[in-house]
Formats: sequence, structure tokens, C-alpha cells
Amino acid sequence: MPASQHHPVDILRFNTCGSVDDGKSTLIGRLLYDSKSLMEDQIEALERSADITGGGQINLANLTDGLRAEREQGITIDVAYRYFATPRRKFIIADTPGHVQYTRNMVTGASSANLSIVLVDARLGVIEQSRRHSCIASLLRIPHLIVAINKMDLVDWSEARFMEIRDQFEEFLPRLDMKDVQFIPISALNGDNVVEPSKHTPWYAGPTLLGHLESVHIGSDWNLNGFRLPVQWVNRPNNPQDAKLHDFRGFSGQIAGGIVRVGQKVLALPAGITSTVQQIWTYDGPVQEAFCPQSVTLVLAHDIDISRGSMIIGLDQLPGTGTELHAKVCWMHQRPLLRGKKYFLKHTSNTVQAVVSEIEHRINITTLEPEPAPTELGLNDIGEIRLRTAKPLIYDGYAANRLTGSFILVEQGTNATVAAGMLHASREVVKPENADYVI
Amino acid sequence: MSNYHLDHLQHLETEAIHVMREVAGEFERPALLFSGGKDSICLIRLAEKAFRPSELPMPLLNVDTGHHFPELNEFRDARAKELGAKLIVRRVEDAIASGVAVPAPGEISRNRLQIPTLLAAIEEFRFDCCIGGARRDEEKARAKERFFSFRDSFGQWDPKNQRPEIWNLYNARINPGENMRVFPLSNWTEMDVWEYIRREKLEVPTIYFSHRRQCVRRQGQWLPVTTLVPPKPNEEVRELVVRVRTIGDIISTGMVESPADSVDDIIAEIAAARVTERGSRADDKSSEAAMEDRKKAGYF
Repeated sequence: MPASQHHPVDILRFNTCGSVDDGKSTLIGRLLYDSKSLMEDQIEALERSADITGGGQINLANLTDGLRAEREQGITIDVAYRYFATPRRKFIIADTPGHVQYTRNMVTGASSANLSIVLVDARLGVIEQSRRHSCIASLLRIPHLIVAINKMDLVDWSEARFMEIRDQFEEFLPRLDMKDVQFIPISALNGDNVVEPSKHTPWYAGPTLLGHLESVHIGSDWNLNGFRLPVQWVNRPNNPQDAKLHDFRGFSGQIAGGIVRVGQKVLALPAGITSTVQQIWTYDGPVQEAFCPQSVTLVLAHDIDISRGSMIIGLDQLPGTGTELHAKVCWMHQRPLLRGKKYFLKHTSNTVQAVVSEIEHRINITTLEPEPAPTELGLNDIGEIRLRTAKPLIYDGYAANRLTGSFILVEQGTNATVAAGMLHASREVVKPENADYVI
Repeated sequence: MSNYHLDHLQHLETEAIHVMREVAGEFERPALLFSGGKDSICLIRLAEKAFRPSELPMPLLNVDTGHHFPELNEFRDARAKELGAKLIVRRVEDAIASGVAVPAPGEISRNRLQIPTLLAAIEEFRFDCCIGGARRDEEKARAKERFFSFRDSFGQWDPKNQRPEIWNLYNARINPGENMRVFPLSNWTEMDVWEYIRREKLEVPTIYFSHRRQCVRRQGQWLPVTTLVPPKPNEEVRELVVRVRTIGDIISTGMVESPADSVDDIIAEIAAARVTERGSRADDKSSEAAMEDRKKAGYF
């Protein structure tokens, strides 16, 4: 393919996780290096630091460990994003730390991923960290998982060892609810089965890591059922030159689920009023239909009270509603979550006050088993809680829709983001028949 | 493949529009940093896509170092006029004259002096949020930065204490005097930017395209000869066919020898490139942590 027609067809977001010395950063360095995504000046910078600190040995991990503290301590302290493209796909990598106290960063890096790579050291086999990371991937409902069994060179490329680790992993897989898991034997340091197939693993017939990343099917990862438009911004031109725009009132947002068509009946919440889609306005001209995750501006047939935080929805597959929420949360702050404390809860484009009414249990993150009710949730704990909000939320279960089923909690005063939350589906569903009073 | 499919540029576009609208929805006094460079040109188009048919709900802001390429400033002014947007320019010269920015003895570069100038502009207009065109693929410290990057009341970035960013839920809450920097192009690469320029048929300043220019060789780079960079007695001045790949100040932007005179040519050149974009900027080469240090102090 000529370079000028270089056109990846879509984006795959993935994250890598593993313990401190599993070689995550080395693997990413290897993917970039072998896919020729590294440039001469980056290699030069690596060589410069190799001469100073590495005794002449190039350290591929230095590519992603960008902050000074990380190079000093030899650990990855935050999520680093890396980009590369092949003719088939553009890739966004979130390199997330495996260090225990940074689990919150892993949740951050993994939240929007299509795929997660769990690295396992072939010498150590499946350890607590590998289990923890797989459980987080499962809780966040990342659709695809790669278990990369690394450092195969240090176990003499033993097929028996590979099978043994795969069995260890498969033993606990049923708990994870993961549909797509691929095991790949690699050596990130030497590049075996990363981009090029290894000559050391004649017993392995599967794809290389990059081969799998390029071909895994992600087309159905977006939700196309049940139209949802959280309104971000009301679009009302001031004194437009164009007379046609004098009465223009559009509702701008990114579609968080489903498909919308001109002429379709929709329900505006919390106003509770139905209307018809008159126009789907975009900068590139009006369109007849739009779908998740496109950003659009809707014009409705009626003048309804809709503002930022409202949601416009389709009349099939109605979302849940209510002020009593039941959710899994990952706690991300040193100050623990306390029962009775008030937080700001941001859900789609809507922010409300919320109070924690109950901490039901903590989830053991290496077994996914519930542990007896704690009095608080601390940094990196994941638990089930109940919340009460000041106003009803319009939402879906996280299992049905990642965008309308997720929220964050923000501490009042410090404004720190303290939790990531995943909602259970509501028992109470929006009732359009009660709300249908067209003005 | 179903009809309900977005390609990579459409994905990046809808993500960036969502970020822009979050800014408009969450902040009272945002500004959009517009230099006339290729990244901010994309930002402007994304702002049009986010907010039209309304006016852009934010003014454009530029810190003029006094060392800008003249072509860049001309382009900046013309584009702002075409948009009908308010353009605010604050000059490093003025900040030096008023004592807001103080050059170190012998300091010629305006890179560091942009910082106090920008912070003074933020204070003057009480901006609570500035949208910038920085991308994570540019540099290692940027690779760690959030879409919504919190700055304390001194304008400082604390890389070890960033707010986690989960899904597409951005925490935009700040206290008075604090500030947010927002980067809608975080996930874009240099290639994405040029492919978007091609798809959207965006105009860019002429210095991105091949032209003849007098240059001198310094520290492995071709620097343009200007009154700010006169040739030294022992230096040979060469007239070369060059273009810029990334635009910094005229005294530190390396010219790349290139015959590329169309966006297609530039895309072909980047696809075959063997050095990164910032490889042609002397300001980042000084130490491995150069960008990290500048960002902590309030730089973009």
C-alpha cells in the first residue's frame, strides 16, 4: 500500500498490566520497535540514557517510563498512553502500572479499553497480581483478554510450562465471565511472537501478539440498542445573520447508545415530555440518522425544557430511573469512602449530590468473592454500595451500556475524583405513558 | 462491516467534540489557545463542529513570543477574522517590559518566558479553562497527561497527583483561582492531524510546505537565517529547499529539507519519516526531562 493512502480502518484501545517486573513496558517498547513505530531520535535518546545509566544496554522500558521519578525508581507510576498504527488499525495503548498501590490507575487505563493484555512471568506462573488484573478487566467488562506468557526464553521455551500456566489460568476463568481469551507464549525482551512468529515455539500454532491485536473483532463493542443522548450543551445562536436560525434551538451531545432517525419519537427527561426529531444537525450538513458514539445536535418538534444534564431517549428499551442506586465502586483515594458522606456524582453530562447509604461488602479482587460488610472502603478497594441521589438519575446497568451505566464520585471541597462506579440495572424503569403529555 | 461504523479519524473527532462541549458546559470563562499551527487549526475545526450554528462560546488566545514566524501570525489573524471569533494576543515583549517576565542573563529563547505571560493572561481575563492542542504522542511527559489537566493556583501541573480519568467522565470541578487545561487532541498522532487536515480540506500556513530559504547549520539542525539568527562569521549560509514539520520559535525551529508541497506529500513524508516531530526542536533536546520541567512550571 503506498504511504499516502495509509488509512487504518478503526481504533483498538488496549491496556497492558502486570507486576513490576513482568516486562509490560518492555513489551510496549518491543511492539513499537518491531512495528517500526519508533523513530531514530527516540532510539538515540534511549541510547543516550543507556550509556549513562544502563551500562550500554538499551532499556526498552525507558520509552514509556517518561517521568523522572519513574526512571529513578524503575517503576511506572501513572498511566502512559502510546500510539502506533499498522495498515489495518490504529492502536491506543494505556500502559498501566501493576504496583499494588496504583490499582486505581489500572482502572483508569482499562476503563475505555476494548482489550486487556495480562502479562504472566513464565517462571512464576499465575500469581495474585495476574488474578487481580484479570478480575478488574472482568469487572470493567473489557470484551477481550490476551494472556501473554512472557519470559518463555527463561523456561527453555517449554510447551509443558506454557500448558501448565494456561491450565492454572483456565481454572479460575469461569468466574470471570470473559468470552474471548487468547494465550500467547512470548519473549518481550527478544521479540518472539510479538510481531514476528518465534522459531522457538514450533508447538504454538496461534497468532503473534500483534497479529491478534490486528484481527480481533471489535465491531460490536459499541452499544447500538436503545437510543440515549445525554445533553451536554444547548445550542442557541445569538443574533444569527441567517434568519432561518432565529428560532434554532438544538441539543448537542455524544450519542451514548443506539441509533436516532429523523421523524423518530423521543422522550426528553427529566421533563418527561415526548417529541419528534425534526432535524439531526451536523457541521457537515443535516443527516437522516446518527448512531453511538457520534456527536450530533438534535432539533425537536416541540419547545421543551431541556438543558445540560437532560437525556433524550428512544421509546424502546427504556432506561432505569430512581434516586436509590446500587453499584460497584473502585475507590481511588487515600481518604476512605464513608457511610453517610456526601459526594458529587457525575453521570453522563449530569452532576448531582449523592450520599452513601450503605456499604454492602468489599469484593475480594483475587477471587471476586464478597467479603463481610466493612465500615469503609479504602484506596484500591472494590465494593458494592448503595447511594441515594438528590435527584433521580436516568441510567442503564453497566452490563448493558458502559456509558450510561458508569459514574464518578467527586469529593466536595477538594474536588478530587475519589471513585469509579458501575451501576446495577434499576428495578424501576422510565414510564413513557405517564409522561406523555404533549404540549 | 455494518453501516454503523466509524473509522479512526471519525472516532478521534467525536471524542474531541465531546471534550469541547464538556468545556462549554462546565466552565464559565474558557479560552481556546490558537497559534495558527497545524494542531490548533484542527482544534478550531473541531470547535466549529462542536458549536455551530452558534458562535464559538470562547475567545481565542495566543501568547506571541515575538519570535514567531511572520507567516504564522498572518495566518492566525486571518483565520480568526474569518471565524468571526475574538482573538486575544498577549506578547512576551510586553510581559518583559512590565516586569511580569524576567529573562535570565543572556537568555535569548522565549520558551520559558511564555509561561509567566500565559499565566498573566489567564489572570487578566479570569479564564478558568484553556483548551490546547497538545498531543500525547509528542513527548514522554505529555504521554502521561489527562484530557482535563488540573493546575493549581500557581498554574502548576503535579504529575504524581493527577485526577484519574475513567470512561469519558471528566471531572471539571475547580476552586476559585485554579485552572484547567484541556487537550481534545490527546489521542491524536502527527499522522492523524495531517489526515484530518486532508479530509477536512483545512488551510495551513505556507511554511509547512516546501520553499526556498537561507539556513545555517547548528547543533545538527538547519536554522532559518533571520535578524534574530544572523549567521556567525565562520558559518556557511546555504539556500535550501525546506519546510517546517513543527513550528516553535523562529530561533529554534529546525527546517527539514523536503520537496513536499501538498498535504498528500506531507503525509507520504511522515509515513516514511525516521525521526519524530519534536526531533526538530532544540528546546526539547536539552535534557531528558526538559518537557516535564516546563510543564510543572505551567507550560503547555
